[in-house]
Amino acid sequence: MIRTMLPLLLFVGLLGLLMAGLKNADQKSLIDSPLIGKPVPEFALPALHETGRTLTNGDFTGRPYVLNVWASWCPSCRVEHPLIKRMGREINAPLVGLNWKDEHAKAMTWLGQFGDAWDVHIFDEVGRFGIDLGVYGAPETFLVDHTGTIRHKHIGPVTEESYAGLVEQIRRLEAEAGS
Amino acid sequence: MRLIVLCLLMAGQLALAQSPIEPRQFNSELQETRYRELIKELRCTVCQNEPLESSNAMLAADLRQVVYEMIMDGRSDFEVRQHMRDRYGDFVLYDPPFAGHTMILWLGPLVLLLIGIVAGAVLVKKRRRMLAERRARS
Amino acid sequence: MIGEFGQLTLILALLLAILLSVLPLIGAWKNHARLMATAPSLTIGLFVFVTLAFATLAWGFLQSDFTIKYVASNSNLLLPWYYRISGVWGGHEGSLLLWMLMLAGWMAAVVALSGSLPNVFRARVLAVMGMVAVGFLSFTLLTSNPFDRILPGMPDGNDLNPLLQDPGMIFHPPLLYMGYVGFAVAFAFAIAGLLGGRVERQWVRWAKPWTLAAWSFLTGGIALGSWWAYYELGWGGWWFWDPVENASFMPWLVGAALIHSQAVTEKRGAFPAWTVLLSIAAFSLSLLGTFLVRSGVLTSVHAFASDPQRGLFILGFLGVVVGGSLLLYALRAPRIATGEGFDVVSRESALLFNNIFLVVAAAMVLIGTLYPLIVDFMGWGQVSVGPPYFGSMFLLLMTPIVLLMPVGPMARWQHDEVGRALRPLLMAMAASVVLALVITALLGTWSLRAVTGWVGGLWLMAGTLAFFVRQWRQSRGRLTRGQWGMTLAHFGVGVFVIGVAMVESSTFERDLRFEPGAVVEAAGYEFQLNEVAIVKGPNWWADEARLTVSKNGRELLTMTPQKRHYYRSGQTMSQIALHPGFTRDLYVAMGEPVGNDGAWAMRIHVKPFIRWIWGGAVFMLIGGMVAASDQRYWARQRAEADQADTAGAAGAAA
Repeated sequence: MIRTMLPLLLFVGLLGLLMAGLKNADQKSLIDSPLIGKPVPEFALPALHETGRTLTNGDFTGRPYVLNVWASWCPSCRVEHPLIKRMGREINAPLVGLNWKDEHAKAMTWLGQFGDAWDVHIFDEVGRFGIDLGVYGAPETFLVDHTGTIRHKHIGPVTEESYAGLVEQIRRLEAEAGS
Repeated sequence: MRLIVLCLLMAGQLALAQSPIEPRQFNSELQETRYRELIKELRCTVCQNEPLESSNAMLAADLRQVVYEMIMDGRSDFEVRQHMRDRYGDFVLYDPPFAGHTMILWLGPLVLLLIGIVAGAVLVKKRRRMLAERRARS
Repeated sequence: MIGEFGQLTLILALLLAILLSVLPLIGAWKNHARLMATAPSLTIGLFVFVTLAFATLAWGFLQSDFTIKYVASNSNLLLPWYYRISGVWGGHEGSLLLWMLMLAGWMAAVVALSGSLPNVFRARVLAVMGMVAVGFLSFTLLTSNPFDRILPGMPDGNDLNPLLQDPGMIFHPPLLYMGYVGFAVAFAFAIAGLLGGRVERQWVRWAKPWTLAAWSFLTGGIALGSWWAYYELGWGGWWFWDPVENASFMPWLVGAALIHSQAVTEKRGAFPAWTVLLSIAAFSLSLLGTFLVRSGVLTSVHAFASDPQRGLFILGFLGVVVGGSLLLYALRAPRIATGEGFDVVSRESALLFNNIFLVVAAAMVLIGTLYPLIVDFMGWGQVSVGPPYFGSMFLLLMTPIVLLMPVGPMARWQHDEVGRALRPLLMAMAASVVLALVITALLGTWSLRAVTGWVGGLWLMAGTLAFFVRQWRQSRGRLTRGQWGMTLAHFGVGVFVIGVAMVESSTFERDLRFEPGAVVEAAGYEFQLNEVAIVKGPNWWADEARLTVSKNGRELLTMTPQKRHYYRSGQTMSQIALHPGFTRDLYVAMGEPVGNDGAWAMRIHVKPFIRWIWGGAVFMLIGGMVAASDQRYWARQRAEADQADTAGAAGAAA
């Protein structure tokens, strides 16, 4: 009896797997980041507003911060911008922008047009720092703790649903730094 | 998360998957072969299942450039793969690693093959006996 | 008007399908002749209405009725008429209608060609197919209606995806679907057999030609898709183990196993349970393929717009159809006869192991395709499974099949001696090895992959010929169509193996910067770029490069790749210049202009023996069709049916 039931049982297993797959279907384009728990990769890039000034990892360690990847060619960045602005007002940690694979003039125009919610911008024109971070699209948001370790990566625009969770995490990182 | 409007379609990229043609200079044929093989093995992270080789995405072009530079720099295939893995995870390798979580993948078919051969042999033995018995009876 | 009419025909078709699923089954259960007799007429009615629905949609395309949303999404005023027709199946909704048309077509064919089947059996077969039709029709009407309107109509449609504006794309889906849906016949026969609990050999005999035909169509569809990808997509590849491709390959592998299992069950009565299971599996895999392509569960370049809601419906359908069949199998299988004994060295034994290897190969493709889902489900992270995995595993699993294939036909049924079966093959093996070494030396392709590929392919060809020659002598030139078909198909596999081995081991490919007037050397050929000019087409304009190809200084031919720019969509597409050949393909594609001196980035491929890949598939296709047309099945069927009918009449009268 088992032998003849075996195909049916195997099929039911397959069905379960496919059902689970269906539930997660819209999540499948999200690539898990292997950088969680690892330090922010080394970089030395110009600041967007003062291109003569070079920013490195050292400029940011000591306190937790939010690293937000954006670009002027990215429509979703416009969509999330109001929430970024709100985040900037509500948290203490600095908001660091990573202007990724963009043109300087276009980026400046974008900021002029939509407002600048960030504290400082790193200008990654070629995009190598982005690749080192495992960025594969914009916007993406990283939460970095006071030791310079990446603790969380949020893929896609910050939304109403994800906003609260992100802010709470930031507050936790700030508390960690405090103690 | 249906609104995952990632800016995957960067400026100028088209939905059509027609292979990008990029002339490159190598120091040896081996280097060129290695490059070709690696860009076939590495997955484009912003595409719907395409290797770096055939993707038109801007990020894919960047990653191909990284592979090229690493090869010209004298790095090994293993280092190139590891470089990509460190940044994008196992997802970026079309050749899945042989590790704990891929045991079923790599060993499953072989186990099934073994079971099949054994089951087949058992069946043949049974049938042979059946044949012999029938012969004995007649 | 067109939209409403089309919708009406679909609804009527669904009603007929529902009646078809119910009435004949009750009739078969109660042995009620009148109810059973409704099956053929309901089937024809279903066929008529589905054809009408399809014709209506096609008419909508031809008339450019952009009040129909589907037409507007897939057509355009500038689109040539033949692409308007193929646009009918260019998107999800229309392709479902094509599926339905194929299903209705096969059902009508069953009605037309199986008048000699016992009524009870035929009623059940048609009813089972009717149930499948109910599933597809309701899926279409409820979630994917091709006749949905957008009012007011649009002034012009979006274009049909330029990638689909191609002759290959006209025939690829219909051929594929003929295959997928054709397996529904074998499936229905198996279910009808299980329901009736009859001796299997008879219905397997009836099922065999249908299965062979379906498998042949599927072979053609897959080969066409591979060929199309090769000349259209610009990276010279012919198979990527993409989930959608795998979705078509799994039924093909299982279908091949099914054909061989049917051969054994029909001739010797052995493996009836396997034949039933494989019949269920082949069609289930076809349905699974339909699910994978449309649900968004797996990432694929080929997938239709993914919609998890639709996916849920198909999954439910899959659960009912496959789950129900397997449940029926579990309940009824003990009743199925076991068949006679056979020896270690025998055709049964060879075919048994052949099937084991084929099924394991199909299982491997399934595991690899679904593995990313499994890893995700178990929380083990993320993994991609691509050609490196599938290629190496498939090679591993195919090797025993390739070695075993010539042995099967040579071995006698039930019992044979090793010497008698294998001695003629020893010469074939020796010849293959020697020839392989000679050929690869002559070609200059001295690699392990190339040599083993030639050995394997030549072994298959020589081994099959050895059988053919022996059979020719024994039967004085009169082989059955089944034997002709088998010879052609097995020979084709050999041709295919050589093609794959050569392409994968010895391809020349290079991207380079080409100035007008420059000459490039590639795999013994000289390519010279003469000029780049502008040309115009029906809905595009293009940059066209003109090249001359020579060998050893002697001019051979010209090649003209293009870079097309489509007006309506603004999309740019590279039109490959391809010069096919028996022993190699020359392949040139244009990239982007480089610099200011008129230079272009271009790609040159020289692909050895690539035509043998599809050539082998054509041999397999023809072989399958020839075997399907074997008159012995039809004649015997008639004789048996007459017997059954008289017995049935006697029984009913008593």
